[in-house]
Amino acid sequence: MHQLIVPGSNKRDLTIMAIFTAVVLSAPLWGGLIGAGYPDLLQKFAIFGLFAVGYNILFGLTGYLSFGHAAFLGVGSYITVWSFKLLSMNAIPAVIFAVIFSGLFALVIGFLSLRRTGIYFSILTLAFAQMSYNMAYSVLTPVTNGETGLRVLNDDPQVIDRALGVVQDGAPLGDFFGITLTGWAGFYFCAVMLILGFWLSLKIFRSPFGMKLVAIKSNQTRMEYTGFNPKPYLLTAFVISGMYAGLAGSLMAIVDPLAGAERMQWTASGEVVLMTILGGVGTLFGPIIGAATIKYLENIFSAINDTVLTNAYSFMPDWLNSFFVTITSPFVGEGWHLTLGVLFMAIIIFLPGGLMEGFRRIKMKFSGTDNDSNAEPMESEGGAK
Amino acid sequence: MSAQGNSVLSISGVNKTFGGLQALSDINLNIEEGKTHAIIGPNGAGKSTLLNTCIGLLKPDNGSINFNGRDLTKGMTPHEINQAGISRVFQTPQIFPELSILQNVMIPAFAKRDGSFKFNPFKALRQEKQLRDEAMSLLGDLDMAEGSHHHAGNLARGNKRRLELAMCLIQHPKLLLLDEPTAGMARHDTNRTIELLKKIKASGMTKVIIEHDMHVVFSLADKISVLAQGAIIAEGLPEEIKGHPKVREAYLGSAEV
Repeated sequence: MHQLIVPGSNKRDLTIMAIFTAVVLSAPLWGGLIGAGYPDLLQKFAIFGLFAVGYNILFGLTGYLSFGHAAFLGVGSYITVWSFKLLSMNAIPAVIFAVIFSGLFALVIGFLSLRRTGIYFSILTLAFAQMSYNMAYSVLTPVTNGETGLRVLNDDPQVIDRALGVVQDGAPLGDFFGITLTGWAGFYFCAVMLILGFWLSLKIFRSPFGMKLVAIKSNQTRMEYTGFNPKPYLLTAFVISGMYAGLAGSLMAIVDPLAGAERMQWTASGEVVLMTILGGVGTLFGPIIGAATIKYLENIFSAINDTVLTNAYSFMPDWLNSFFVTITSPFVGEGWHLTLGVLFMAIIIFLPGGLMEGFRRIKMKFSGTDNDSNAEPMESEGGAK
Repeated sequence: MSAQGNSVLSISGVNKTFGGLQALSDINLNIEEGKTHAIIGPNGAGKSTLLNTCIGLLKPDNGSINFNGRDLTKGMTPHEINQAGISRVFQTPQIFPELSILQNVMIPAFAKRDGSFKFNPFKALRQEKQLRDEAMSLLGDLDMAEGSHHHAGNLARGNKRRLELAMCLIQHPKLLLLDEPTAGMARHDTNRTIELLKKIKASGMTKVIIEHDMHVVFSLADKISVLAQGAIIAEGLPEEIKGHPKVREAYLGSAEV
């Protein structure tokens, strides 16, 4: 287990932020090289990256495994569409309301779920999320529009837009002071949110607050007999991660103004767990890398069908060709989750620390030394030691 | 018996049963300010149980435990008891294995300074220079400053104990509870710990020590209580306890004195 909390230094943190910002903003350029250079997919990278970064603050730092974070994703989406319907197509109020409401929702669910620890905590969060999902389909239909999903309609009040006389006709789209947030503009809006979200996560990782969260994960009993009340710490982490999920849900509805209950389903909660573990639990970059990896592979594998496979194996004799098509087809298209499952198992078995551990091992091999972050002495601000 | 000093902790009429087992029966104990009070007794005598009732880990069936005018048995949670000024070293070292040695010592210092909860995500850990220096100088006193950025989880057992002691000392507790602070230590380390505890004693900190090692007990204790089968069978100055016939019978008969 490698150390989660490193003191870092101002210079190092600035470098991290600068590189991260450059990589995210230049995604349209390098994305093209790996066949991901189009806005829809890059938006997904950013949105799910944000979701996973927030989830990691709870799961990665405190070790509390929530199986219900999709509920906050859903709340963020619904609130965003309601903000579009009632106030304005502008993304800023939508984002603010989504974060506030998902935070409040997380406060209630977190308060109740954190009465228990371990597996019981996980089950409670799962139960609350499934309850929200079912309610969105049934009794809450007036708010969620049930199966059809919530959309912006032409006769919606949109009081601010009407007052300013900027109501869009046809299918309304998310907007940022005149810029329509679809395509590349949509991606850049999500990218800026991801950068802000990552910056906050970095701050938390470097703060005494973050260190105390790791201490709770490390030995909660000791924490109590050391004079800390773990409850408010856990609840704060839960609410912060819920707000990140709400923001991610909001961005989904901004780039595509539609909210459906399926966003709250347990599979969506499970997906963010997979992303975080695949990338590296409790690491700074792991969750984003995990999210991008899963969305990238999903994009590739789910697009493959039998015709593509037959063409790929066309150099083979017919009988061999059909044999290979038969055994590989369950892993692609609709069945791409099978590939994800195999990949996930391989990572858990061979790289329990996720992809980040893989990178660290490669780095160690090349530099010949243990470049582990925990070998770094604590530096102070202003130097003098 | 010596005249009653200013008592920091007074336990009166405490009983505790586990099922049919009377673990503590009618315990009355006064811990005087600035003194080192040793509690000795054979295995299973209830020594650790007694300490556990003092830190909120166990609730006694009846009786009261008074600490600086507050009754610890009246629904006080472990963190409230710590914040009131009681720190404890456990029998099996309780540290944060995933954090560095330095961070292990900084955590309790934060608890002392900031209370049981503080949300400060925008302050960097590296800006806490004063706290860090304090922790480093304490680690220096314990010969643990070298390599303090390494994982605490990799420490040898004896060093984990010393680390836990450091974690308690940095809080400057009004009362320090030590549950076998030298168990599992080599002779050399034991002697170092005794020297350290003597230094702490000189600083005026009140301590309760549970210990099996009579060498440690007689080097440090101002007063000794002997616990057997959940009851205090003798109490007094070290010299008195050494010669006490009941004590010899119950406990010291098999131990080297």
